[in-house]
Amino acid sequence: MARAVLNQADITRALTRISHEILESNRGSSDLVLLGIPTRGVALARRIAETLARIEPDAPPALAGSLDVTMYRDDLGRTRTRTPAPTEVPPGGIDGKTVVLVDDVLYSGRTIRAAFDALADLGRARAVRLAVLVDRGHREFPIRADFVGKNLPSSTRERINVRLAEIDGDDSVTIGGGEG
Amino acid sequence: MPERILITGATLPSGERADLLLAEGTIAEMGSVADAAGATVVDADGLIALPGLVDLHTHLREPGYEQSETVLTGTQAAAAGGFTAVFAMANTFPVADTAGVVEQEMSLGRAAGYATVQPIGAVTVGLKGEQLAELGAMARSRANVRVFSDDGFCVSDPLLMRRALEYVKAFDGVIAQHAQEPRLTEGAQMNEGALSGELGLAGWPAVAEESIIARDVLLTEHVGSRLHVCHVSTAGSVEVIRWAKARGIDVTAEVTPHHLLLTEDLATSYDPRFKVNPPLRRAEDVEALRTALADGTIDIVATDHAPHPVEAKESEWQAAANGMVGLESALSVVHAAVVETGLMDWADVARVMSDAPARIGRLHGHGEAIAVGAAPGLTLYDPAAASEFDLRRLAGRSANSPYLGRRLPGRVVATFHGGYATFLDGAVRPHEEVARNAAAAWGVERG
Amino acid sequence: MRHLLSTRELDREAAIALLDVAEDMAAVQEREVKKLPTLRGKTVVNLFFEDSTRTRISFEAAAKRLSADVINFSAKGSSVSKGESLKDTAQTLQAMGADGVVIRHHASGAPHTLATSGWIDAGVVNAGDGTHEHPTQALLDAFTIRSRLHGAASRGRGLDGVRVLIVGDILHSRVARSNVWLLTTLGAEVELVAPPTLVPVDMTAWPARVGYDLDDALAARPDVVMMLRIQAERMHAAFFPNSREYARTWGLDDARFDRLPPTTMVMHPGPMNRGLEIAARAADSPQSTVREQVANGVSVRMAALYLLLSGERGEA
Repeated sequence: MARAVLNQADITRALTRISHEILESNRGSSDLVLLGIPTRGVALARRIAETLARIEPDAPPALAGSLDVTMYRDDLGRTRTRTPAPTEVPPGGIDGKTVVLVDDVLYSGRTIRAAFDALADLGRARAVRLAVLVDRGHREFPIRADFVGKNLPSSTRERINVRLAEIDGDDSVTIGGGEG
Repeated sequence: MPERILITGATLPSGERADLLLAEGTIAEMGSVADAAGATVVDADGLIALPGLVDLHTHLREPGYEQSETVLTGTQAAAAGGFTAVFAMANTFPVADTAGVVEQEMSLGRAAGYATVQPIGAVTVGLKGEQLAELGAMARSRANVRVFSDDGFCVSDPLLMRRALEYVKAFDGVIAQHAQEPRLTEGAQMNEGALSGELGLAGWPAVAEESIIARDVLLTEHVGSRLHVCHVSTAGSVEVIRWAKARGIDVTAEVTPHHLLLTEDLATSYDPRFKVNPPLRRAEDVEALRTALADGTIDIVATDHAPHPVEAKESEWQAAANGMVGLESALSVVHAAVVETGLMDWADVARVMSDAPARIGRLHGHGEAIAVGAAPGLTLYDPAAASEFDLRRLAGRSANSPYLGRRLPGRVVATFHGGYATFLDGAVRPHEEVARNAAAAWGVERG
Repeated sequence: MRHLLSTRELDREAAIALLDVAEDMAAVQEREVKKLPTLRGKTVVNLFFEDSTRTRISFEAAAKRLSADVINFSAKGSSVSKGESLKDTAQTLQAMGADGVVIRHHASGAPHTLATSGWIDAGVVNAGDGTHEHPTQALLDAFTIRSRLHGAASRGRGLDGVRVLIVGDILHSRVARSNVWLLTTLGAEVELVAPPTLVPVDMTAWPARVGYDLDDALAARPDVVMMLRIQAERMHAAFFPNSREYARTWGLDDARFDRLPPTTMVMHPGPMNRGLEIAARAADSPQSTVREQVANGVSVRMAALYLLLSGERGEA
């Protein structure tokens, strides 16, 4: 049975906190590019960008885009064929910018590893940060998130299900047992 | 002296049940046989007894293409299919266009002992369509050739065809025409129609067959000769032949088992097992051919047994050889196509697969109705057995059968040629035994 | 996708999905770094039994931009021209560990035979077989039409209601066949115009109208006019009297081109016979998509190779 971990208000609160943390560590929103990893990371990146604009309405707006990592994955021959999604880099590119990668769940770290490769083909960022809504542990790479909505220690047999209004109609994070 | 064989409880083509005693080179007794001491008894309860089948169109490949088939393996395939006589097509290497080659062919058949091998002579030298072969010499040879064919190629030159038709009148011969207008079929790969257009395979139009048949029946009428049309494959050809027969023209025609059962859509797989010449046609053609066989417009079924080695069929469609093996499967396919569909009964099958082909080919000692005193060539067929046709049913050297994996009705149980078994309980008899029996049997028959 | 043999086997969803992946690949072609690591370690063999430099280099570029190792195997001058069978060639490629085979063959159905024979495990892409199909050409044509019509908003769309006129040697054209199936699957209306000698005898199963009069067809102001290459050897086989008569009756000459609305796309799969089936002015006009077709060819082939070679082997 699935168990609710975050509701809509929790998610909004977590993203607001992440937004504040990003502003703090970046000392403002200048030269900031938020790249969401499809599918749900893209929606999260847009929400964070909107939140940043609300917090600092006078600062230059942070730019949100998407970074598809499908073609950079190391498991293409091991799973069923994945459909790639568009990569949309905001005008101005990433050279010299601080790029915040945004994803819904951080797990093995393989997606983020692929994202580093994808990013390198787009240009040279000044710094790369990672924001995730949920960190569930079980890393297989030396990768750590800079901004985390919620740490959620889980068993590998459990399934974390993130729903976002833009894609799924409502906001929630649930955890379910058994085979996922 | 060959053994005596008592077949008990066989169902004759007429539907009657009878015992049959094969002895002294003939059907010695029939009905209820009382005195059969010392005879080998074959229980034929539930089996149909047909006169030994005769194939007017077989490619035995020897001499020249022994990797595909030999006279020995081809006649073993014949025995497995219930045949006691095969007409061997002339497209060997060297071509059977001289008395020497046809006599060699016949001798090889005698030595094998599984079936009577009646050579067909080429119409033209080397099948080249340029100059008549020595038709008279082949007719007068020990092979006693009466059927002449360039099969594989059409005698397309109208003048040469006229001359051939005229010439064979001298010895009651017949020209068996492979009706295929060559210019209309250059590079042809399959039946021309909607499907060939979709598959991008060059089309073999029905008119290329029909126009040659139309020309040939008119030539035959004009010179008063005799024509046989090989492997009729289209509804239009049936119409032309029907018209010619109504007009009194001396034409006979054959259809292959595969053209009675299979259709062009098998080419969709690009599986070269289904590549054959003439090509598989539409369902409408199959329907017309079945009807024509039933109403006598088409006289006989002939297999066009065309063995090919594996490599000739393991390729892209265009590079693959034309042809299918057909002896072993012929009776089951005819059973499926015209008996199960109610168009013909077993007496009709005996007519189109034994009696009529022997008559067209002027082959004596074959095709006679089962009766006391008739030649002891018989086929026992189990019509109730139905199974997936598999490699074990193939007795020849090649396996290019389009029926592998397909469910077919019936099964040949035994074949008797000259009073001895060539095929029994689903197995070809050993050559040693058959050769010994053949020597004894033909010794008795021919003195 | 296990193999790409024919556009007939693509349903609308699969075709649009492939075109959408091609959009992503096209985006990569506009970056400074045009290469993706996706097929690193995979081997793609270009097995060409027929010369076609354009198609071969297009596939080669596609495979290399996905980081696959590419082996070009031209049948000319190799053991194949000395009688080696398709089977033996296939088994050689199998032994070399080919993951994908791009095959161009003069015999219709040869890619199908290669894919279904069991001689090889590799995914097979048909790069043109005889007079049968040329699926990646049709896909790049569809991609080009869609891009011109919808630009950046192309993703997810078909070609519903688009009227396409294909002119020329339909009988021998694998491009025409693949396009008829694909474009109609995507919702386009296709009309074919050709000399009656160069149309298959029975077209009842084709989802396209067939006509013989080019001027009538052009007067209906199609959205796309696709001119097919006419091969000189057809003249000698009496399909039409001579090239002058062909050009006059079935060529897109200046006068016909001038009557077209400026929105009508002019396409040609190449190589063109300028002055025969297409006048230079039409070929070089802004309405011509000929150069886009070449560029889009690489994107579409990258998409096909990606879909074929990613995912577990044996996946449907």
